Amino acid sequence: MTVSTKMANVTELEELRARILVEHAANHLSLVTSTGTCGLACGAGEVANALSKTVADLGLSDSVDIKTTGCHGFCAIEPVVVIYPERILYQHVTPEDVPEIISESVINKRIVERLLFRDPLTGETITHEQDIPFYQKQTKLVLDKNRLIDPTNIDDYLALDGYSALAKALFKSQPEQIIEEIKSSGLRGRGGAGFPTGRKWESVRNAYSYDGIRYVICNADEGDPGAYMDRSLLEGNPHSIIEGMIIGAYAIGAHDGYVYVRYEYPLAVNNLTIALEQAREYGLLGEDILGSGFNFDINISRGGGAFICGESTALMASLEGKIGEPRAKHIHTSESGLHGRPSDLNNVETWANVPLIINRGADWYSRIGTKGSKGTKIFSLVGKINNTGLVEVPMGISLKEIIYDIGGGIPNGKKFKAVQTGGPSGGCIPESMIDLPVDFDRLVEAGSIMGSGGMIVMDKDTCMVDVARYFVNFLTEESCGKCVPCREGLDRMLDILTDITEGRGKEGDIELMEELGETIKDTALCALGTSAPNPVLSTIRYFRDEYEAHIREKRCPAGVCKSLITFTIDAAKCTGCMVCARECPQGAITGKKKQPHVIDQTKCIKCGLCRDNCKFDAVIVS
Amino acid sequence: MVELLINGIKTQAVAGTTVLEAAREMGIIIPTLCYHEGLSHYGACRICIVEVVKGNRSSLEASCTLPVEEGQVILTDSERVKKRRKVIMELLLSSCPNSKTLQDMAANMGVNEVRFKIKNRDCILCGLCVRYCKEQMQAGVIGFVGRGTSRRVSTAFEAKPEECRNCGGCEWICPVCERACTADNLVNGLCGGCQNLVPVETCPICVHCSESVGISGQKVYW
Amino acid sequence: MIGTHEKVATIIERYAGNNDSLIPILQDVQSEYHYLPEDAIREVAHQRNLPLIQVYGVATFFKSFSLKPRGRHIINVCMGTACHVRNAQGVLKEVERKLGIGVGETTRDMEYTLETVNCLGACALGPIVVADETYHSQMTPGKVKKVLNQ
Repeated sequence: MTVSTKMANVTELEELRARILVEHAANHLSLVTSTGTCGLACGAGEVANALSKTVADLGLSDSVDIKTTGCHGFCAIEPVVVIYPERILYQHVTPEDVPEIISESVINKRIVERLLFRDPLTGETITHEQDIPFYQKQTKLVLDKNRLIDPTNIDDYLALDGYSALAKALFKSQPEQIIEEIKSSGLRGRGGAGFPTGRKWESVRNAYSYDGIRYVICNADEGDPGAYMDRSLLEGNPHSIIEGMIIGAYAIGAHDGYVYVRYEYPLAVNNLTIALEQAREYGLLGEDILGSGFNFDINISRGGGAFICGESTALMASLEGKIGEPRAKHIHTSESGLHGRPSDLNNVETWANVPLIINRGADWYSRIGTKGSKGTKIFSLVGKINNTGLVEVPMGISLKEIIYDIGGGIPNGKKFKAVQTGGPSGGCIPESMIDLPVDFDRLVEAGSIMGSGGMIVMDKDTCMVDVARYFVNFLTEESCGKCVPCREGLDRMLDILTDITEGRGKEGDIELMEELGETIKDTALCALGTSAPNPVLSTIRYFRDEYEAHIREKRCPAGVCKSLITFTIDAAKCTGCMVCARECPQGAITGKKKQPHVIDQTKCIKCGLCRDNCKFDAVIVS
Repeated sequence: MVELLINGIKTQAVAGTTVLEAAREMGIIIPTLCYHEGLSHYGACRICIVEVVKGNRSSLEASCTLPVEEGQVILTDSERVKKRRKVIMELLLSSCPNSKTLQDMAANMGVNEVRFKIKNRDCILCGLCVRYCKEQMQAGVIGFVGRGTSRRVSTAFEAKPEECRNCGGCEWICPVCERACTADNLVNGLCGGCQNLVPVETCPICVHCSESVGISGQKVYW
Repeated sequence: MIGTHEKVATIIERYAGNNDSLIPILQDVQSEYHYLPEDAIREVAHQRNLPLIQVYGVATFFKSFSLKPRGRHIINVCMGTACHVRNAQGVLKEVERKLGIGVGETTRDMEYTLETVNCLGACALGPIVVADETYHSQMTPGKVKKVLNQ
């Protein structure tokens, strides 16, 4: 870092920014490795180390920059190395590829063909990052800086206009004007319910606090399985969240902030901690921020591992050191939240949108998106999809564009069946509704919700009853257990679903689940409970025939439910390689070498090892 | 004071009180389990739900935690309320069929079958004992442990704490321990025993004798 | 040997002046002992002047806390949605079978503890098994043996 002193005013901030820009301009060539959790899990850490070492060994350190950033969003092709300024992208890079990359691309300016991205649909190779359809069709506003920033170095953020929105807010606007700006931008909470952010800020600002204390909190308890955009932002661009929170705190009149982050995200906690320290060192956080007289600081609180703590009152209870149990919300947390003070709670992605709006204006922002849902939304596109990853798109884009144009369709040419949005509180949207424009209101009409933006794509091999059972099982474990409809109701719902998937379903079960589901929806205490039946009700609504097949014919059409399927070996395809017989834990497979094998159904436990290990697709599930 | 409409009747209530209290003041009976006048409000059993009408829309809320508001329109006995209450009652009975309080309440509501698996948990986690111990006895030695379906009421490490004075209040206030159902056989989760008794056709006057008993003019089983 | 009292006192010292820190304190206690021993929980309640039942309640409510000693190696199977639709339950069953223990249990030789997590947020790589902080991606029941042997 160039300067480690506290900046006393905006001029000093701008001077520092100018110095950083000059410094950055000096190194033209840089090799960027994406090292978010996904990247690291694929070995990106080793790749980055190898790059540093090779460059140093060759004495190129002065002319070539080696940089590690957070997640770029395209998880399916990790580890990724991008060479700037041309933005040449290499996918699935291993440490062994590194010498070749350096000698070919860095020294000889040639392309390493075999490491280029190959389009799963057309099969052609693409050299530059910006030409890959996955990136091309997105509108990256919030996520874009991830690819350019080393999250552990605040200078990278400053180089990209970082904290300029804060300076604008502190010195050129009154708190009320900021709230007005956020209100007219139309920004709605990205955490699930989609409450207008500006209105929330306003009510916290106007709420009575007997000692003047107010809190702003960042909800980073990203509990929806299948959603990880918050993790990516925390890991890759923590300063955008911090800047958003300082602006929010200034608008609201709060001096204490909290980030409540899941303990399952160690890298996010680490990068955020570093970012907070650097912001404090620069005088962007703490006492008298940039000489404005405004004081604000942020604490990190690691969650204890409970999905319910994404709910505002449960989150605040847990911050206070109590069990994460929601309370009735007739008195809003904006009036009486943490320690009984007015408290503002916004999600990670919401906070990250704030600096953008302040910098570029509400008019610009409100032109993106649909009537009721403004701006972009980050979705995590996972499950049975080719281009798995995080995608940022304008509100109102159709499901079809997300799944096919950006997502590259379903692997192995299989048939798309449904997409589950909104996490455990969401619902499944069937293939027939693929043209649905995605925004807060249209998803609700379709029986699902936006939630935090998880999109789990399912193909014809996904059993919808099994999926419904999965979510109910998840919620049964995650229910805090306070109110009867949620605790007992979900438990009985799980009983019924288990019976159905295990072949004990009976007539009337579907209707009973509908009645029970409506009851839970109507009467549970908090949002976890009232939305918990959505996965069941939406799958009954669109896939009733699958439930009926399980109940009446004791058949799982997708071939998933273990009790309803059998494994057999196709004698025509079996080569008698004996691998399955060796792998079978039960010794249920017999057969001579080079002769078709047979599975003894009385011994088979349906573990699927034989199918996994068969190289000839000879194991049939029916 | 705020003015509100409960079951079509205009009434006034002190601001800061709850819809349940306002309704009881009028002699309207709303069944409750986790509510107790002397303890803080908890809102967990959801049996006291009422319908709150707002224009063309309505929602169900637990009346014990719902503060009265000016111009509120409340229905305590609508079809929707009754339908949902019955399912909640079934859920409660299926987790705790051996409570006379629950069996009586179910009989009064006309619940005539339990369609869910019987689990015999012997506790409905209403938390009355927890709050009694903390708020009335200032001992605070029992609490909720675990979460979800594993949630239960216990002392720390299941050990008897020094602070416990053996007051017995936790047992006394419990709707399951104190009034156990002694029926030999349950049919569909219902004891049926009480229903075989001749119903007391009308209460002469309502003295809030027990929360599970109806008001004047209603059919009541003892 | 430093006693529980001193160990807990050192941890609590870090959070002096911050009343909101029961969960972080318990997390630190857990990383010290690898689980939450009864006397440490009692010490936390005593030193922070909190009702014992509150500390015990929190310790049993949150998934990250264990009141039982855990094994030398922690095997964590992700049960997130994306992992689920790619047969995470098959992977879990295989791990259970191989180790001979269920979720939340520890092998008798105190070598392995099997746990599940609801989502690690690395959904593109599912199903995921984390063995002592090493992520193993795109797991199948067939690969379980290899991971456990490492």
